[in-house]
Amino acid sequence: MSASLLATTGLVAFLLGYFVYSKLIAEKVFQLDADFVTPAHSLEDGIDYVPTNKFVLWGHHFTSVAGAAPIIGPAVAVIWGWVPAFIWVVLGTVFFAGIHDFGAIWSSVRHNGRSIGSFTGDLVSKRAQSLFMIIIFLLLLMVNAVFAVAIAKSLINTPSSVLPAWSAILVALILGQMIYRFKAGLIWPSVIGLIALYTFLYLGSSFPLELPDVVFGLVPNAQWIIIMFAYAAIASMLPVWVLLQPRDYINGLQLFIGLGLLYISVFIVNPNVIAPMYNPNPPAGTPPIFPLLFVTIACGAISGFHSLVGSGTTSKQIDKETDSRLVGYGGSIGEGLLALVTIIAVTSGFSSSEGWHEIYTKFGAGGITAFVEGGASIVSNGLGFSHEFAATLLAVMAILFAGTTMDTGVRLQRYIVQEWGNIYHIPALTNNVVATLIAVGACLALAFGAGGASGAGGMIIWPLFGTTNQLLAGLALLVISLTLLKFGRAIWYALIPMVFLLVTTILALLYQLWQFIDTGKWLLVGMDLLILIAAAMVALEALSTLLRERRRLTASEL
Amino acid sequence: MRSDQLKRLFSRLEGFADEFYTAPYRGAIARSQRDEDDLLMLFVFSEMLGIPNPATFYTMELQPVLLERFHEWHIRMGMEHSPLDHIKCC
Repeated sequence: MSASLLATTGLVAFLLGYFVYSKLIAEKVFQLDADFVTPAHSLEDGIDYVPTNKFVLWGHHFTSVAGAAPIIGPAVAVIWGWVPAFIWVVLGTVFFAGIHDFGAIWSSVRHNGRSIGSFTGDLVSKRAQSLFMIIIFLLLLMVNAVFAVAIAKSLINTPSSVLPAWSAILVALILGQMIYRFKAGLIWPSVIGLIALYTFLYLGSSFPLELPDVVFGLVPNAQWIIIMFAYAAIASMLPVWVLLQPRDYINGLQLFIGLGLLYISVFIVNPNVIAPMYNPNPPAGTPPIFPLLFVTIACGAISGFHSLVGSGTTSKQIDKETDSRLVGYGGSIGEGLLALVTIIAVTSGFSSSEGWHEIYTKFGAGGITAFVEGGASIVSNGLGFSHEFAATLLAVMAILFAGTTMDTGVRLQRYIVQEWGNIYHIPALTNNVVATLIAVGACLALAFGAGGASGAGGMIIWPLFGTTNQLLAGLALLVISLTLLKFGRAIWYALIPMVFLLVTTILALLYQLWQFIDTGKWLLVGMDLLILIAAAMVALEALSTLLRERRRLTASEL
Repeated sequence: MRSDQLKRLFSRLEGFADEFYTAPYRGAIARSQRDEDDLLMLFVFSEMLGIPNPATFYTMELQPVLLERFHEWHIRMGMEHSPLDHIKCC
């Protein structure tokens, strides 16, 4: 199988999804109305509610949802062979993620642009609203822990990426100052920033950096994890315009450049997919493909996190209701593109099938490393860069995505801790530093609790992160279904994905629970149980609300 | 392409990049700006609220400047009418 054929198949499926399926949904199900006065107009305040160009919003939605997760998930999941991962990414994006993102924006637009967590209280119940907050906290906890582990691993595997990854922070800091203090516009600072970033990328190979073997009894992997959390703690307390905003912007540019380079190289080189189509004998310890595939690839097929982005900021800026199709559905296709090219990189970027098997020695061994190795050989063959430069480029791209997610994640966790402090009247918790330390402490405990003293085994929580993400997506799809019901529309397009997600998530949680008990990982047993309880509550909420709505509808017909 | 066309294209691109840069964080930045403004407001009007402020003599001249924002501020702080007897904005 040639990689460009695989890419073409995926691209055609995405195009069909956008031009056929999402059109059907927009016209028949959501019945978008270009004349509907969106909250951006009716509540315009120049702060949150601002009508914004749909392409800008698409770029924003796309870049804030496509990060390291759609790289890591597929790069781990191809251990079962490329066909299952490919099918789930393509069908997931077209029938699940597209509807989920699009629907979250649409239902939020129809609820005055409120965030999905807040109108869940009206549509479902107050309990479901609290569930939202708990699931979000768990999700952030896991994403921070697992990303710290993933970053540590790639900084060690690609020492040339250390200098450029940290220089990017410096570039972002200077960019932020240039834009805010010196009003230097955007084009020239962006161009200069990118040139600086790529110069550091080039220099990275000449100055590979490695941490000392042991510091205070900690191996390099553990040192990096601690450094990453120290960074995330500090970064999350800085005002957003100082670091987060310029970093996000640079990451957005990097995403477009990285995706472009990868796809162009795939079509130029047209390598052969050497990984097995279906791997009947995965390494010992690999969990069964069903149901674990559906939680290993969360972002890239469907991810509940998008509903938070879509209903939090995007929906308040939608100019016309009809724009939400491009922004939501188009945004999730953007993420699907990243997942698709990751599958291609990790299955066709190796010279031989043996080379592939050497990387995929155990479950969770692929990840960013496989993406960097595979992607680098395709890009270096296609565009004539040195392998080392290409590897540094891709590693830095993934590290920057994951790093930005971490500092946003710690910031959001701090808000949640502070809110708990307010609700339960514990003034200490409302303090910025205390709340941040609690957030970071919890993440560190999870990273080392799951990964051992070196933190190296932390990737074990990846599927657990996936389950939480899918749970959030399930809850969001329930809210979308109820919004549809409220307007008397067909609910199956959202309800069927929801049922599928809840069933696979609960099965995956049960399987993992049994595994964790078997290996005596009690911290993870506790986490798993917590998520399982949340999952059961989501399922029960869904069932009881749907039954209640059905009774109400039959009663009103009589 | 003529130079003025090029200029127009450049400024469109600039505007587009500017929106891409600012749109996601507009709310967060405006809110933190407002928090700082509120603190200043508290300093300037603290004496009237019964909080002794040694700098009153200097902040007094800011009162007329902030008066316009005073109404918006007390509404946001959950007071339907002005809490101060001698400033009746509504």
